[in-house]
Formats: sequence, structure tokens, C-alpha cells
Amino acid sequence: MSRRSYREWLVSFPSVTWLFAFFLVPSAFVLAIAFKPSTPFGGIGTGWTVATLRSLGNPAYVVVLWRTVWISLATTAICILLAVPAGYFIARSAPRLRRVLLLMVIVPFWTSFLIRIFAWKVLLHPDGWIHGLFVASGLLRADTPLLYSSGAILLVMVYTSLPFAILPVYAAAEKFDFRLTEAARDLGASATRAFLRVFLPGIRRGLVTALLVVFIPALGSYVVPDLVGGTGGEMIGNKIAQRTFVDRNLPQAAALSAGLMLAVLVPLLVVLSLQRRRVQGALNGGEQQ
Amino acid sequence: MSEAEFLQFQAVSKQFGPVHAVDQLSLDVKRGEFFSLLGPSGCGKTTLLRLAAGFERPDHGRVILDGRDLTALPPNRRPVNTIFQSYALFPHLTVRENIAFGPRTAKWPRTRIASELEKMLVLTQMVEHADKKPDQLSGGQKQRVAIARALINKPQVLLLDEPLAALDLKLRQRMLIDLDAIHDEVGITFLYVTHDQGEAMSLSDRIAVMNSGRIEQIGTPSEIYEAPRSSFVAAFIGDTNFLKGTVAEFPEPDYSIVQIDGFPPVRCFNDKRMHLGDLVYLSIRPEKFRISRERPDSDPAHNLVHGVVDEVIYLGTHTRYWVRVDGCRIAVFQQHSRFILDQTPITWEDDVWLRWHRDDGFMMERFNARDEAWR
Repeated sequence: MSRRSYREWLVSFPSVTWLFAFFLVPSAFVLAIAFKPSTPFGGIGTGWTVATLRSLGNPAYVVVLWRTVWISLATTAICILLAVPAGYFIARSAPRLRRVLLLMVIVPFWTSFLIRIFAWKVLLHPDGWIHGLFVASGLLRADTPLLYSSGAILLVMVYTSLPFAILPVYAAAEKFDFRLTEAARDLGASATRAFLRVFLPGIRRGLVTALLVVFIPALGSYVVPDLVGGTGGEMIGNKIAQRTFVDRNLPQAAALSAGLMLAVLVPLLVVLSLQRRRVQGALNGGEQQ
Repeated sequence: MSEAEFLQFQAVSKQFGPVHAVDQLSLDVKRGEFFSLLGPSGCGKTTLLRLAAGFERPDHGRVILDGRDLTALPPNRRPVNTIFQSYALFPHLTVRENIAFGPRTAKWPRTRIASELEKMLVLTQMVEHADKKPDQLSGGQKQRVAIARALINKPQVLLLDEPLAALDLKLRQRMLIDLDAIHDEVGITFLYVTHDQGEAMSLSDRIAVMNSGRIEQIGTPSEIYEAPRSSFVAAFIGDTNFLKGTVAEFPEPDYSIVQIDGFPPVRCFNDKRMHLGDLVYLSIRPEKFRISRERPDSDPAHNLVHGVVDEVIYLGTHTRYWVRVDGCRIAVFQQHSRFILDQTPITWEDDVWLRWHRDDGFMMERFNARDEAWR
């Protein structure tokens, strides 16, 4: 082992150990438990079985899984659609205004996550002013609830995830060379074409980061659907919690977790491999002069 | 409409906050001309270029191209293209895709794009690099892609914003030649922004020297150099000596006599802007002097002054002398030739005579503090 790689190994030792002991090993346990039978007393039985995994095909699970995926996808899409203009605007504003705007993006984090969600419960409640506003404007019938619906989950999830989408998009937009959009305009592109063909590819990394940091936590969300989703708004995270704490069926919970993990890992690996190919391409061809 | 008024700026003004970047400026560029805007940074030359490109709208005035008012048109509707100082190549596209950006935007037929693209790759010698990304190219190659990307659109005017500033000296000299060749080959109008007098001199048909949002002088490179109209132009382009004096006499219509302390009456070109008794600065370029130990014959066309050599710097192609004349220090360049070298070299504290033609001295108005910075 060369001196340099030895040093690198030493530096990464703590983090690698941490990940191994507290992430990889537990994940392997969860995966293993998914193949175990459950006992009526809430324990884990002996022997191996695929019956638990097979039960994931249960229509009740499929409904929850589908809801999880569409709410996560919709959250991600809405967050990115909002984050791109926001990031663009912040990056293009004067330094003083920029600091104020960035502070406004970050300020919600100063309040506890739970308190902010409870605040939404108040706002969306039939006695809350947002509900009142919708009814008054004729968009909503007084007896239709805003709270405890998939819409409420989506709204609150977009609200909680939006800063995580804006920050990477802003970081990429801030580094973007706006002379490139000028060059595109100069070459005959309309403002829209310059935005789509030059600005968006230019902040690609920021978009990918935003996508990952919104989509993956959204898939595993538990608190938001639990508080504002009501009975018809269960997501996978709630099912896992229910199997673990209420039903004491650990293999079932483990199987659901394994399914979720695959749902996260597969798209993640696809995105990462695409990115790596691009990075490697740039490295291989890099500065020749 | 005459060919002399192809690209016109008509009394354009552009203000950024309190700064008048371009101030009531009018300028006509001829069709096919290589026209340079030359000036120090902050003189408004880049703003003027951006006004032509459409990145800025003038506060007042109009931009006309070939009789058509461009003032209100956005950049994508103008038949002009820009070479940016930083090249501004699209990093996510290959050389080929970069060059094809304009034609694809304009929705040219596929076959036409392909054939024009090949022509451009050949013209700019980028055929073998056509599938590389910009970050795999050297500075000179990026430069050539930027040129191809602009020229493929067949603009009526090519706007160049300090295109050579980011290149090293050797490459800059090569690109100078390439640019000149490309201008000859495509025959379109070039509007070239630079702060480098060497670039402007060697490339341009005409130059506008700019200062503080205004044009100081427009002319061919030799007119600008040989007959500067202001102290700013004289000092910004090449070296010059400024000798402070007063207008004493107008012996002939074209010549005047300036009285300078410690000098005999000095004859110089009379540009008719001055009056008797005016305080003037007489500008004489260092290479216009002839230095000698013996007193040359005097004649009415030449001026003669006696001085003492203060400093001598041998520079290979020429020698630079500083000659003291009654408290003034005059810079003198003397080209080397057998004629000079065969004599005993002139050296420190030698008594010498300086001789120069009366047409080589120009009277300037008193220069202000802003111009002083360029001395």
C-alpha cells in the first residue's frame, strides 16, 4: 500500500466504519428479517420463507405503494418547477437582495419541523382561514375537507421539501455563466429557447441533486401523511410503522422496508451511473493542451 | 442610402446609474469595413457593442443597420452575431453542436446545416476537433469555434468583444493574422472592440478612439497615429511628448508658431482650433526627432533645438534617448542603421541637436486630469 493510499484510507476509516456498522449491517439485518416467518407474539420465527415478500402483492399494499410513488413524484415535480424560477431569480438578483432571499428560504428551518406541520393542520382545518378562503371564493364546498386528503399531504410535502430543491438549483444557477444565455440570444434563440437549451442543461447537476434530495425522502415520508393525511392518506412509511409498532409483525415491516429500499436504490443507481459516465467522459477527454 | 452608412449609431446614450457609459454618440460604419472601437476600460466601447448586439437598449438615440432601425429589436431578431471575450461556448454541446446552434434555432434544412457546418469547420481548421466538448479545447481552438459559430449565421455585422484578450502573446499574433484572413474571405462588416492599440492598428480599416463614452477621433490607423486630434488620442496611442507653450504667431495659413520656454520659436501644424495667445500642448512623437551632435542646417520646414542627453537606453532595433531642454525631458527614438552606427555613439551628457519637421508637431488643448492618467 502506497503512503498516499494509506493516508486516504486512514482519513476515510471513521466514516466507512460508521456506515458499515450503522447502515450496511442493519440494512442487511432488515433484508434478512424479510425472509423470516413472524411469530404470534411479535417475535421473529426460525427458518426461512418467501411468504412475507410474496404478501407485498396484496392489493392493499399496492394501493399504498402507488400512493407513495405518485405523491413523491408529484412533490418532486412541483418542487423542481418552483425551484427553477426561484433559483434563477435569486441567482440573478443583486447581492444584497440575494442574501435576504436566501435567508427567507432558510428561515423556516429555525422552527421545528413538527410545529410547522401542526401549523398547517390549523391552516387547513375547516375552521382555518385557508379553508375559509377557498369556500368564500367558491372553489370549495363548505363540507369538503382540505385537511386529511392526498392533496393536503402533497401541499405540506411540497412546503417542507421546497428549500431542499431551491438551494441546489440556486447553487448551480449562481455558478452559471449568464453570458451563455446571452450568446444563445445572439445566435437567434428566443428567451424561452435560451432558457431550455442553455440554462437548464447548465444547471443540470443542481437539478439532479434537487431531484434526489426531494424524491428519496418523500418516498420514506412518515410524519406528514401521519399528521395531515388521515385514514385515506397512508404511505409506505406509515405502513412500516404500523407493522412495527402496532401489529408487531417485524418480517412484514422488513419486507416493506426492503421494497422501499429497492424503489429508492434502483433509480438512484441509474441516475448516478449516468452522471458518472458523463464525469468520466469529461475526465478522459480533459485538458489536452 | 450610401455605403458609408451601413451600421449607424445616431446620437445614442446609455447610462448605468450615474455613469454615462455612452454619451450622445454618433458613428457610421461602412459595409465590409473592419472597424475598431479603441479605448481604455470603462470608455464605453463594450457598451456600444452591446447596444449593437441588442443586449442593451439605448436611453436615447437609434441603431440603424442597412437602413433598418434595430433599436427596439431583441438580440435574436438582429442580423448580427457576437464573439464574446470569454467565447461563451455552450459547455454541454460539442464543437459541431455549438456551431450548429444558430442554424438549428433558425430551422435550416438538415442538409444545408450539414454542408455549411463542414465549410465552417474547414474555414476555422476545426475538422478534427468537431466532436470535442469546449473544455477539451485550447484557447485558440475555442476562439475559432466562437468565430465559426457566429459566422455560420451569415451575419451582416460581426461584433467582436476583445476576442484576443484571453490568449497568450504568440497565439494572439497568429489569431490576428487569422482574423484578418477571415475578414477578407467572408467580406462582412467587423466591429471590433479592443483596448490594445496594436490589435486595432494592425487589423482595422478605421478606428474610433473612445474616451468617457464619447469618440475622440475617427480615422485610419495612420491618421490616428500621425495626426492625433486630442491629447488623449496622442497619449493613448503610442508614445508622445507634450511641450507646454503659447500660440505666438500665424506666419502662414497652415502653420503657426508656438512659444515654449527655453526653445526657439517652434513651427507646427495649425489645425485652426487655436487662437493667438492660447495655452497649448505641442505633441511630438519620439521617433519624429532626428538626434545629432553636429548642428544640422536650418531650413523653414524644420525645427531645431539644442539639448543635453540625460539618459540612453539601447533597445536593439532603436535607441531611446531622454534629452534635457531647459527643464523639459524629451523622449527620442532613433532607429539603428549604418548611418547612425558608424558614428561615435551619442552618450550621457553629450550636447545634441534635435531636428523635426514642422508637420510632426500638433497643438493640443490643455489636457484634463482624466487624460493625465494615461500619460
